[in-house]
Amino acid sequence: MHLYFHIPFCKQACHYCDFHFSVNLREKDNLVKALLQEIELQKNYLISKNINSIYFGGGTPSLLQPADFELILNKINTHFQVSSDAEITLEANPDDINISRLKDWKTWGFNRLSIGIQTFNESHLKFLNRAHTSNESQTAISKALQAGFEDLSIDLIYAIPSDNNEIWKLDLATALKFPINHLSAYSLTIEEKTVFGKRLQKKIMEPISDQFSAAQYEILIEYSAKAGFEQYEISNFARNGKYAKHNTSYWKNEPYLGIGPSAHSFNGENRQWNISSNGAYIKNLGLGKIPFTKEILTLKEKANELLMTGLRTKWGANMNELATLVEIKDEEFERTLLHYFQKDFLLLQDNTIHLTEKGKLIADRISSDLFFT
Amino acid sequence: MKNIRNFCIIAHIDHGKSTLADRLLEFTGTVTQREMQAQLLDDMDLERERGITIKSHAIQMDYLYNGEKYTLNLIDTPGHIDFSYEVSRSIAACEGALLIVDAAQGIEAQTISNLFLALEHDLEIIPVINKIDLPGAMIEEVKDQVVDLIGIDPDSIVLASAKEGIGITDILEAIVNRIPAPVGDPKGELQGLIFDSVFNSYRGIEVIFRVKSGSIRKGDKVKFMATGKEYEADEIGTLRLKKQPKDVIECGDVGYLISGIKIAKEVKVGDTITHLLHPAKEAIKGFEEVKPMVFAGIYPVDTTEFEDLRDAMDKLQLNDASLVWEPETSAALGFGFRCGFLGMLHMEIVQERLEREFDMTVITTVPSVKFFVNLKNGGRVAVSAPSEMPDPNSINTLEEPFINAQIITAAEYVGPIITLCMDKRGLIKNQIYLTSNRVELTFDMPLAEVVFDFFDKLKTISRGYASLDYSLSGFRESHLVKLDILLNGDPVDALSAIVHRDKAYDWGKKLCEKLKELLPRQQFEIAIQAAIGAKVIARETVKAMRKDVTAKCYGGDISRKRKLLEKQKKGKKRMRQIGNVEVPQEAFMAVLKIN
Repeated sequence: MHLYFHIPFCKQACHYCDFHFSVNLREKDNLVKALLQEIELQKNYLISKNINSIYFGGGTPSLLQPADFELILNKINTHFQVSSDAEITLEANPDDINISRLKDWKTWGFNRLSIGIQTFNESHLKFLNRAHTSNESQTAISKALQAGFEDLSIDLIYAIPSDNNEIWKLDLATALKFPINHLSAYSLTIEEKTVFGKRLQKKIMEPISDQFSAAQYEILIEYSAKAGFEQYEISNFARNGKYAKHNTSYWKNEPYLGIGPSAHSFNGENRQWNISSNGAYIKNLGLGKIPFTKEILTLKEKANELLMTGLRTKWGANMNELATLVEIKDEEFERTLLHYFQKDFLLLQDNTIHLTEKGKLIADRISSDLFFT
Repeated sequence: MKNIRNFCIIAHIDHGKSTLADRLLEFTGTVTQREMQAQLLDDMDLERERGITIKSHAIQMDYLYNGEKYTLNLIDTPGHIDFSYEVSRSIAACEGALLIVDAAQGIEAQTISNLFLALEHDLEIIPVINKIDLPGAMIEEVKDQVVDLIGIDPDSIVLASAKEGIGITDILEAIVNRIPAPVGDPKGELQGLIFDSVFNSYRGIEVIFRVKSGSIRKGDKVKFMATGKEYEADEIGTLRLKKQPKDVIECGDVGYLISGIKIAKEVKVGDTITHLLHPAKEAIKGFEEVKPMVFAGIYPVDTTEFEDLRDAMDKLQLNDASLVWEPETSAALGFGFRCGFLGMLHMEIVQERLEREFDMTVITTVPSVKFFVNLKNGGRVAVSAPSEMPDPNSINTLEEPFINAQIITAAEYVGPIITLCMDKRGLIKNQIYLTSNRVELTFDMPLAEVVFDFFDKLKTISRGYASLDYSLSGFRESHLVKLDILLNGDPVDALSAIVHRDKAYDWGKKLCEKLKELLPRQQFEIAIQAAIGAKVIARETVKAMRKDVTAKCYGGDISRKRKLLEKQKKGKKRMRQIGNVEVPQEAFMAVLKIN
């Protein structure tokens, strides 16, 4: 069982980000109160109280003060049994990382940091509207390592508009020289409700060409492999088998409880997500209600999710598991599979389908084609 | 007979015909306020939504005037260009007409052509200037237009606002006083003019007719003179708000006939009903077979729905006798139907009714007119689809239909309209100022150019202040070519079109560009080509899709992403495979919106 906390505050808005957050920090204390209330209300949501991973995401959870963390972590420990080898991750921005905080985080039980680096290039940082410099980033990584955060992950963004691939190569080289064991690298995606989305709409920004993104993806594959990283999901790379336990749970359809505005929960059958508004969230929880929308998954939808998330990972999509959900002796499904096997986009191993290197580039297309309707 | 008044309403779309009809029903007590529903006579949803009358209806009212009871038969007429033959038959069933002119808009082309039709039939015209309550009403100016047009005493024009109920009594009195009572020999042989029919799923087709001579009784054995079909008058009656069965419909009156007719085609507007045993010597003049002007293929989006589409077309034809179709096969679209329509509006209505009433999703191909091909071997063949074009080497000449188009507009739009018409290969024939600001333009134009997007463009450049009417003037030789579209070398028959040689390049280029926008990128490059015969005249390329994978897929992304991919899958299911290229249905529609 897994716990996710959404901390919906940021110092400033990054131009690409469409996660739910607010730059108005005045409601922070009320929000923490609401989070505590939601834990109380949802303590029986998961069928087991044993927790294998906790993840503080956002937003910017590193904006929370020591007192906030203390309250939340105490509440968790009151209602759940956090296993001794649980992965407890905090997402942190370089500008929030300093020695005293690192010490606090460590004391409270955080054993993994995910640092939002995105790029080491100053002009790209500005373009993305990040709140830190390249130097701050590098210092933050060093300090975190010194503080004993062996499980350290950094986030990078590629396919940031550029005349060539040099900045990206440099970003990768800089990141990989640190003794980190996890890397998440995302292709820049222009979402509708972001500054970039608006620029695209007004045609003052070009869409990201897939040729460009593909070229940089290939560089990513090459550099990460050379540095001894294993690509265990489309955008995630690990060294020494240090896969992110929490994120992996999403792809393996394990149940998780999400706390906070916009957080999603999944109990193995249904998925539900909280309202994406700090105000409405705080107000409802003040009345003892959780404002959420619920989706009851049909067997086909479960099968489609299995295909969609499974294929993205090194573990693939298992046919036996699929067969428990849908009739896989389906003429169209078999025809599509055969087509992609023949074209070398998919391969079958131990009754599990996997994307080939070529297939990973068009994973969405392939899973959509395989979907059951 | 002396107390019967048969009349119709001539009006341009939106000039308030339906509202006025509602008011007449209300003022004569034919319907109570409570039964009143806006635009009562238009009972198809589509009609009410679009605010236009597609199918005409008739209704009978009683009116007490100076102590006498009068029977008023209002014969409603469709108000669109595609249905002018139906209008002419409705007019033939009347002795008078209300000419409704919008006080703010003035006379429009369609009104004039229908007015002339009415004058040809010697109808008594009662001009009504409607919407006099509108702030933009130009009553005096519109009066002048009407006087100019029919040379009537300005004082005999009735001023009204149907919406506000102003002038309705004046109109009713004018109907009684000015429209002559019907004439005809009550003792003569039966002549009933069919001017409409209504489909009733339980009882078959209801035939609406006007008795021109003699009378018809319940149980009579009758014959329709044009089709030669014989029936028994199971039920006859008059149309009130509901049907009112009667034993006899006398000379001069309007009524309905039910005799279990199941096939709409057997009931032809303009046909004459007579007695089987004592038939009339001749039919009422003016009967014509309605001929389709525009042809297009209709295909189910989902190929497995062909039989469902056939069912839907069968049912649609039950109450739309002017729709003709036959099965057709397209390499790109599979099994479908080649349909003939009265015009573009008719085509749109059929398409919309298929979607709304029968829940069918269809692809309509490029509309075409009927061409004639003169072959080198002396033969002559009709072609109403690009696929029917004979081998270019066997063609001697091609002929296309031309029309006489009348456009009435405000003076300021004359320039742009002339430009538009010339761009559509039109030649201006005449230009008359109806008033200082209203101009009637007459063009000689190829019909093919009008059926396409002409009407929409005309409305746009004149900001809605232009009206169009046209009549076929004959076939003339033209330099026409068949333009094909190829995807990775495979021709897409559903995108072929017959176009004028001078326009082929422009057309080909635009179509290639449009397709480039609409074709989703695939794992390989797609070449889009436009060709005349073997000669490629335009080309575009859709680059291969190199990367298609979401960056993030965590807890909060999964539902959203799954739904997106499910939608893509659905979209793909609706695509058609041309060679190795997947073509979304929008691409087939793109041709219709090329400019």
